[in-house]
Amino acid sequence: MQIEKFYYDNKIVKQFGAATLIWGVVGMLVGVLIAFQLAFPALNFGIPYTSFGRLRPIHTNAVIFAFVGNAVFGGAYYILQRVLKARLYNDVLSKIHFWGWQLIIVLGAISLALGYTTGKEYAELEWPIDILITLVWVVFGVNMFGTILKRRERHLYVAIWFFIGTWVTVAMLHIVNSFEVPFSLFQSYSLYAGVQDALVQWWYGHNAVAFFLTTPFLGLMYYFVPKAAGRPIYSYRWSIIHFWALIFIYIWAGPHHLLYTALPGWAQALGTVFSIMLILPSWGGMLNGLFTLRGAWDKVREDPILKMFVVALTCYGMATFEGPMLSLKNVNAISHYTDWTIAHVHVGALGFNGFMIFAMLYWLIPRLWNTKLYSQKLANTHFIIGTIGILLYAVPLYWAGFTQSLMWKKFTESGQLQYQFLETVTHIVPMYVLRGVGGSIYLLGALLATYNLYKTMKAGQFVANEAAEGVALKDQPLPQSKMHWHSVIERKPIRLLVFSLIVVAIGGIIELMPTFLIDNNVPTISAVRPYTPLELQGRDIYVREGCYTCHSQMIRPFRDEEARYGAYSKAGEFIYDHPFQWGSKRTGPDLHRIGGKYPDSWHYKHMNDPQEMSDGSIMPAYPWLLDKDLDTSNTAGKIRTMQRLGVPYPEGYDKIANTELREQAEKITASLRNEKIKARSSKEIIALIAYLQRLGTDIKAEETVNNP
Amino acid sequence: MKFTNYLKDIDNVGIYPICSLIIFTLVFAGVIIYTFSSGKKKMQDNANIPMQ
Repeated sequence: MQIEKFYYDNKIVKQFGAATLIWGVVGMLVGVLIAFQLAFPALNFGIPYTSFGRLRPIHTNAVIFAFVGNAVFGGAYYILQRVLKARLYNDVLSKIHFWGWQLIIVLGAISLALGYTTGKEYAELEWPIDILITLVWVVFGVNMFGTILKRRERHLYVAIWFFIGTWVTVAMLHIVNSFEVPFSLFQSYSLYAGVQDALVQWWYGHNAVAFFLTTPFLGLMYYFVPKAAGRPIYSYRWSIIHFWALIFIYIWAGPHHLLYTALPGWAQALGTVFSIMLILPSWGGMLNGLFTLRGAWDKVREDPILKMFVVALTCYGMATFEGPMLSLKNVNAISHYTDWTIAHVHVGALGFNGFMIFAMLYWLIPRLWNTKLYSQKLANTHFIIGTIGILLYAVPLYWAGFTQSLMWKKFTESGQLQYQFLETVTHIVPMYVLRGVGGSIYLLGALLATYNLYKTMKAGQFVANEAAEGVALKDQPLPQSKMHWHSVIERKPIRLLVFSLIVVAIGGIIELMPTFLIDNNVPTISAVRPYTPLELQGRDIYVREGCYTCHSQMIRPFRDEEARYGAYSKAGEFIYDHPFQWGSKRTGPDLHRIGGKYPDSWHYKHMNDPQEMSDGSIMPAYPWLLDKDLDTSNTAGKIRTMQRLGVPYPEGYDKIANTELREQAEKITASLRNEKIKARSSKEIIALIAYLQRLGTDIKAEETVNNP
Repeated sequence: MKFTNYLKDIDNVGIYPICSLIIFTLVFAGVIIYTFSSGKKKMQDNANIPMQ
């Protein structure tokens, strides 16, 4: 047996690690800003680039894909090399992967600030960036599988399975959810409309949480927790069951984001059942991690790394218990559209993802630089203020979500809604302030970590290529013990990939296919017509400004919602909505039946200065819509794209679209003039008013009592 | 929006739950049989891969 000498590539791990810290701080900083915007709308600064609707997607994309993404790549590349006993497949591919991903992040941030967005949460990036993501993801896959193929360890350690599961599922989700038809160099419409778009989007959205924020972190856990504790994982058997159960069940649970919506009932029921089942593998994984520390709890008292792992796993356990509870219809009726959801995701993001990442970096960086952590004390301080930050973030938001939901549903004895929507908002603004403070404290902890790790790097000597040795696989004798079918899968990475794909694809296909194949799943309503050209342009402005980040367009069949907003939303009303704009949060009221509720002049003044029309409103002002000319050069292209997507505009409509657009704009300008507002018909605000006044009017029932 | 109305409209709708149930059961049975029938030493060796 000949022992081969080789070197681990630490440089790529260092690069991804540094990018994690930098983007983490940037993403959290934006998060703190938008948190305070909700309490102090002046912080929107009255310009497009810093308004909440544009910054919120920047925040979510930055923390998910930049902070967490870079950490996953760095951690995975470190682990892959060690447990496979091989250098990464190709240094050039590693470089392309790193710089390609950073390019995506920068392009994403710029394009979102400029208002280029698909309007689908966590998948906002436009089609050219979607293609770039696909390419870089393929590079990551080739690099990972290449490394697996040239490994010197026969068995694939369980962490690798989680990375393979992540890779294959994210590829599938990203591709299926990103089908869009471009109408310009940077912009596109979703291939799907209405209910279908919602189903695909939340199948993606939910599984982005599962396969970008969870499975790769379990991969990290299965390596770094045993390493930090100095003992192997509690039960390897459990980890096998954990893996298959988790990826099998997770993929089905997406529709729990759409309970009580116009999504067909069978799909909602499917989502709930699988969400409840998810508790088992999630808790199995959490306990497997925590039990690894058995007999090492004395170390937990001193070691900030282990402390962070314990809190991270506990937060994982809490979030994965809460998630299934939130997918029960009666709980969801209270929690959905409120800040409860925001609190829930941040327990996961700050507690599980954040602390896993910081603990990993505290463990990793001293080893890469061949030194000790600069300050153990500072890391302990980080642990304490980070934990306080999480609590101070989450508790006020749970409170706010609960309170607001109960206020929405409260009726007076005479059967009137007790509170105006605005009252329910101003009531919880103090909670928003506290949440902002909690987020700032957490950010402070992140800055401490950055400083501590920077000093560690300065003190040590970076080992770019770490020497290692191992026996080539072909020279190793086959094990004597009996072969099992699973051993065969474990040893054949491509087979593992194919099996994982089959397992996750089954859930996806059964969930999505019926809605796609059967027209009857979305009953058509003859009164529902396509948008006029001006309304379509207005809708695109609505998407561009990220209105969906605060306003839903989905009235659930509840007494209070019908009393407040009007008749509940029907699936057939959204068949021309590419993309759907149901939203997931009501920081402002639902807008599905806003059409005709207020005069044009109200919208005009309200967009210019919301506080003038509704005292105490926390909505940002959109003065630029009053100044900016509507770009009508793309109207014909937009109409043609919609026709290709199946929207029944008459033949040749694209040629007369702008004429009709101008006629409708003149009408709105005239109505404004009657209300003593001098506005030019060419401005963007006119298109937005046209869209808002159209919303929900196609089948609008008799005016319901008791609005705002 | 009745659940059953949608299901009735799908041709051979019964195939979906039956397929998923069969696959589900097979995979889980397979994983559980495997994990509990494989030797203790092998599991320990695997668990020790990162510790080397």
